[in-house]
Amino acid sequence: MTTMANTQVREDLDIGLQPRTIDMAWTELRELNSTLQAQTGGEWVIENTRGAHALAVGLQAPLEVTIKGSTGYYCAGMNKEARVHVTGSVGPGVAENMISGSVVVEGDASQYAGATGHGGLLVIKGNASSRCGISMKGIDIVVHGNIGHMSAFMAQSGNLVVLGDAGDALGDSLYEARLFVRGKVKSLGADCIEKEMRPEHIEILRDLLARAGADARPEEFRRYGSARKLYNFNVDHAGDY
Amino acid sequence: MDQTPHTLPRQSWTFSNEINSEIRRAAATGIYDIRGGGAKRRVPHFDDLLFLGASISRYPLEGYREKCDTSVVLGTRFAKKPIELKIPITIAGMSFGALSAHAKEALGRGATMAGTSTTTGDGGMTNEERGHSEKLVYQYLPSRYGMNPDDLRRADAIEIVVGQGAKPGGGGMLLGQKITERVAKMRNLPMGIDQRSACRHPDWTGPDDLEIKILELREITGWEKPIYIKIGGARPYYDTALAVKAGADVVVLDGMQGGTAATQDVFIEHVGQPTLACIRPAVKALQDLGMHRKVQLVVSGGIRTGADVAKALALGADAVAIGTAALVALGDNDPRWEDEYQKLGTTAGAYDDWHEGRDPAGITTQDPELMTRLNPVDAGRRLRNYLAVMTLECQTIARACGKSHVHNLEPEDLCALTVEAAAMAGVPLAGTSWIPGQGGY
Repeated sequence: MTTMANTQVREDLDIGLQPRTIDMAWTELRELNSTLQAQTGGEWVIENTRGAHALAVGLQAPLEVTIKGSTGYYCAGMNKEARVHVTGSVGPGVAENMISGSVVVEGDASQYAGATGHGGLLVIKGNASSRCGISMKGIDIVVHGNIGHMSAFMAQSGNLVVLGDAGDALGDSLYEARLFVRGKVKSLGADCIEKEMRPEHIEILRDLLARAGADARPEEFRRYGSARKLYNFNVDHAGDY
Repeated sequence: MDQTPHTLPRQSWTFSNEINSEIRRAAATGIYDIRGGGAKRRVPHFDDLLFLGASISRYPLEGYREKCDTSVVLGTRFAKKPIELKIPITIAGMSFGALSAHAKEALGRGATMAGTSTTTGDGGMTNEERGHSEKLVYQYLPSRYGMNPDDLRRADAIEIVVGQGAKPGGGGMLLGQKITERVAKMRNLPMGIDQRSACRHPDWTGPDDLEIKILELREITGWEKPIYIKIGGARPYYDTALAVKAGADVVVLDGMQGGTAATQDVFIEHVGQPTLACIRPAVKALQDLGMHRKVQLVVSGGIRTGADVAKALALGADAVAIGTAALVALGDNDPRWEDEYQKLGTTAGAYDDWHEGRDPAGITTQDPELMTRLNPVDAGRRLRNYLAVMTLECQTIARACGKSHVHNLEPEDLCALTVEAAAMAGVPLAGTSWIPGQGGY
């Protein structure tokens, strides 16, 4: 799409026209991303994704983007301000390093969902695979289903909410992220412990569940966090790693 | 008086004083030794190579009259905006956090005056660093501390760090005493904790994933920025080939003499290969793929002089990177601070407890008082001078070999002083035509 075409798109949006559709059946990835990255707002629909990688990455404005179908790796990577909705499932690294905005996935997510995210809200309405929320740095993640092993590994801050079950080694080497799980936790990772659910946590959870459209009560969840025993190296704790 | 002859006290080679002191230290503390810098052991290096110079069959260029170009362009394969450098010497990645803000500023100033690039490190990009670096390479590390799309876009190149010569297979470590409020904020961690940098990337595994990761980074930055892949000196042939396969514009190859801010001494001294051993396999991988000079090769790890630069280029590198040497140029390990080194139980030239943040030279510290000892303007000029000298030295050698561009140096210009160096560099042992490992006796 040319710059002139992009300009036309913005003018169309200003006068309130319907969402624009980009069909990946005959649109190059570069054209898709450069078009979306150039926008300051508006509604967009992406069709015929055919599992493409790096769809709608690097967006930097409050766009509304609907991706019809399933995607490959890094969908909505490094998102900033945009609201991205995926009607299918997503490959590894959805919303990786997200700064702000939101990404909602109707289906399942592969590995590393929300990895290293700094902010924004990621909602997975299906299940998320291993290493969900790995090294998260402030992002909020709500998974309606289950999550796989080693999720929230080295998670630094933010909230991970799981309505289903969590796999092995949840929160291994955790820093200050909060983990809320309604179902069973197969095992906790190094330095991750169950913690008291205080009123402020109930309120955080209530807000996240509402924003994620999740049908659950905060009181049904347990909270997990860092025991902070590994924050400074101590030879007596070497066996805990 | 006993007249019986006695043998002199004999120290064990196996149990040397150094080894025994480490045994005693380990027994007292229960913790392995952590330090900064690169390998200190003697390994085959550029000192074991010599240039042949011109002769009847090769004629030289006039040192003060005939041109010997030093420019280099990095990132010509895919990037819309390759990096053009005046000299083939770049500044390697070193983090704000490991180094003071003044030191980072000085590196930017010196590199910019010399017409070359500098590189961020773990911990993200600071405004001071961006402001003082005309050409800035932004490292994309496993920890992703401070990583954001805005900084990606304002970088001149992106360096995906897979490994580091000092610790191939290892992550980083920044001890709590250096995690000040600003450092903690940039890394989104509590103040004062020991901060671990992950040893592998959180969202890709293997070369096929890496190819998709590079696609994502290019899509976010409009295919403008050269993408470097930095590898430690582990399996240079295969790692270089896989980096090319994954879509790298530039491969940065760091041998075991390359420095680190902090890691275990056992890691630094016992994992990875010497820089000299890594270059030819990497170049061969590029040649086998038909990508030599199309994907540029930057070599680092123990580069100290213009002779080292010339030798690395002659073996097939397009440029080199310096880290430890740049810090020495700024003022690291300067004998003027000897009294204070003594108080820390060390001596100038041997100080390597960079992780403790008590650097008398004010470089590897976040202590506000110590930091002020380094004037970034003066230090930047020292670095610029040093880079200029290295470049002149490299040109001197290139002209003596009859080369009008330093990239025209070639293995044929070299011989080796030892069998080991000859084998690693793939050049003849001096006085012979023998290249060990390539047939013959």
